[in-house]
Amino acid sequence: MKLYEFEAKQILAGYGVEVPRGVLIVKGEDVKSKLSEAGLRYPVVVKSQVLVAGRGKAGGIRKAGSLEEAVKLVEELFEKPIKGIKPGAILVEEAVEHEKELYVSITIDRSERKPIILASEYGGVDIEEIARERPESIIRYHVDPFVGLRGFEARAIGKRLGLRGRLLLSFANTLMVMYRVFEAFDAELVESNPLAVVGERVVPLDARIIVDDNSLFRHKELVEGRKVEQRGELTEWEVKARELGLAFVELDGDIGVIGNGAGLTMATMDLVYHYGGRPANFLDIGGGARAELVKKAVSFLIDFPKAKKIFINVFGGITRGDEVARGIVEAVREKGSKKPFAVRLSGTREEEGRRLLKEAGIEAFSDPVEAVKRLLEM
Amino acid sequence: MAVLLDSGARVLVQGITGREGSFHTKLMLEYGTKIVAGVTPGKGGSSVHGVPVYDSVAEAMSEHPDINTSIVFVPAPFAPDAVYEAIDAGIKLIVVITEGIPVHDTMRFINYAKAKGAVIIGPNCPGIITPGQAKVGIMPGHIFKPGPVGVVSRSGTLTYEISALLTKAGLGQSTVIGIGGDPVVGLTFTEAMKLYQQDPDTEALVLIGEIGGDMEERAAAMIEKGEFKKPVVAYIAGRTAPREKRMGHAGAIIMMGTGTYESKVKALEEAGALVARTPFEVPELVKKALKR
Repeated sequence: MKLYEFEAKQILAGYGVEVPRGVLIVKGEDVKSKLSEAGLRYPVVVKSQVLVAGRGKAGGIRKAGSLEEAVKLVEELFEKPIKGIKPGAILVEEAVEHEKELYVSITIDRSERKPIILASEYGGVDIEEIARERPESIIRYHVDPFVGLRGFEARAIGKRLGLRGRLLLSFANTLMVMYRVFEAFDAELVESNPLAVVGERVVPLDARIIVDDNSLFRHKELVEGRKVEQRGELTEWEVKARELGLAFVELDGDIGVIGNGAGLTMATMDLVYHYGGRPANFLDIGGGARAELVKKAVSFLIDFPKAKKIFINVFGGITRGDEVARGIVEAVREKGSKKPFAVRLSGTREEEGRRLLKEAGIEAFSDPVEAVKRLLEM
Repeated sequence: MAVLLDSGARVLVQGITGREGSFHTKLMLEYGTKIVAGVTPGKGGSSVHGVPVYDSVAEAMSEHPDINTSIVFVPAPFAPDAVYEAIDAGIKLIVVITEGIPVHDTMRFINYAKAKGAVIIGPNCPGIITPGQAKVGIMPGHIFKPGPVGVVSRSGTLTYEISALLTKAGLGQSTVIGIGGDPVVGLTFTEAMKLYQQDPDTEALVLIGEIGGDMEERAAAMIEKGEFKKPVVAYIAGRTAPREKRMGHAGAIIMMGTGTYESKVKALEEAGALVARTPFEVPELVKKALKR
C-alpha cells in the first residue's frame, strides 16, 4: 500500500525528523479558513496528494507567494487530475530555501534478499537519468536484516555523499529514522527525494513510503480510519475489484481472463494474444481458491463491460477443480449471463469439476489451446 | 540421484491439521512420500491420515530422528515462527507453501536459514517433486513422470502446465522445483542450477520465468559464463502483462532495464538458451535441445 506524502511525512515527524511546516486540506474543507488558521510563512508550496509517479512534472506541485494565491491554487489543484486522478487532499507547506538536493531511499534488493540503501548527492526530479548515465554516482549499501542499520554505517554513507560536521550527523540521524520506519512499517520502500540540505541540517521536501500489502494484518492503523481514501493509479473497475479483494488489472482488449496463479494467468493472457485475441484484464484467483471466491471473480467479469467473452484457465494444485466448477456454475446461474465462456480445468479433482460444469451446460476443456481457439471462434 | 529430494526423504508436515495441510498430507502419502510426523501446536497426540501429530518440531524430531525435510502449511502470520522452529531443529530442507508472508519476515528467515545451512524453497510455492520417488508439495502428482528433464519455475500453476506437456510428449522429469512467486524467495534460479549441473539424472533444464526481478538475467549470465553447461529451454510469462508496479525511483535504479519480458528473453537467447513463445512450444524445444 502506497502512503500519501503527508502520511509519510507525519510518520517521519513522529520519529523526530524535521519536516517543512504545513497544513493538509482535505476535499470539502474550507480552504481559506484552514489556510489562514495555519499561519504559514509565504511563499508556500502547494502539493496535490496523489499516488502517481511524476507528479511534479505533471503540474501537481506549484508555488504560491501569498494567502490569496495559495487559496486559488488549492482550489485549482483539487480540480486538476494528475494522470487521470483528482486528489482527495492538498498539502500546503512553507517553501524551504536550500542549497542542495540529495536522494536517499531504503528498499529490498530481491536478488540479494537484503535491505539496500541507495543514496546520491544529485537528488531531484532527474535522479533516474543520473542513475542511468552515471551509475557509479549512486551509493548502494546492503544492510544485514538481523543487525539492522548502525549509526557508523549511516555516517559512512553521509561521508561518501560529501557531508561533514553537523550536517553529516543530521543526515545520519535522518537515515537511521528512515531505517527504523522501514522496519516498523514493513515497508517495501522508504524514500526521500529531494532530501534538502538546509544549512547544517537535512529536511525531506518529499517523502514516500510503500507498505508491503502482505503485512497489513499487523498494521491495522494504516487501513482503518483513513483521512483520505486510498486511490492510486487505479481505474474504476480496479477500485471495485480491490474492494472485493480480487487481484485484477484492467487491460485494453475484450477477452476476459481468469487464471489461478500469477504466472499461469499471465501465460493465459499471452496465449489469448498469441492466437489473435486481446486480453481485457488480468484476474488471478490465487492458490486454494474456494467456490465463493471463484463465484465472486466470475460474477465480476460478467459485469465488467470490456470483457465480451470469458476464458477461465485453471490448473489446480492446491486449487480444487470441483470448487472452481461450483463457483463458476453459481455465478453463471445467478447472473443469467449470456457472455460466451470457455473453461479449461486440469489438475486436482479435474474430472469432478468438468462433470459439474458439463451438467450445468458449460463447455469444459482439458487443453487450453483448444479452449482459447474455441472461445475466439464463438 | 536427483536434486534435493529423493526416496530417502522423511517428511514433517507443519500445520498438518489445517484444511490444506491435511488435504495435501493425504495426497503426498498417496504419492508415496514418507511422511513420518506432523506438527500443530495444541493438537499434539492426535493423528491425521495415520500420521502422528506433535505440539512442536523438537518433540517430533525426538520421536522421529530420521526427519530430514519439512513442508510448511502454517498461515502467514505464524509461518515465520514455524520456519525458525524447523531450522533450529536442524532440518536442512524446508518447503514453505504459505502465501502472503510479509517480505520483511521472509528476508530474515532466509538469511537465518543460509547462516544455518538450511535450504528454503518458497515461500508461496508449489514445492518440489522427484517423480517416482517423493513429492513434497501441492502439485498434482499424476502429471509427472521420471525422466531426464529438470524443471525450475517461479510460477506454481505454469509448472504443472509445462510438466504435463513434457510428460505427454514422452519427456519425463528428474526433479521439478517451484521456487515461489514472491519478490524474495529462498532457493533462486542460479542456486537451483548449480544443483542441476551436478545431478547426473538431469540432461536438460526447463526454466520457467516471469517478468519482474532479475533472476532470469542472472541465470542467463551463469549460462554465458559456462557455469551451467546443460541445454536450457526457457519460457517467460508476462509478454502482454502491464509493467510491474513502480517502487518509487528506487525500483527503477536497482533494476536498470532488467526485469522486462524483452530483457529476459534477450539475455537468455544471447546466452544460448532456447526460448519458447508459448508453454506449448516447450516440449519441442526440449527435444531439439536433447537432439532427439
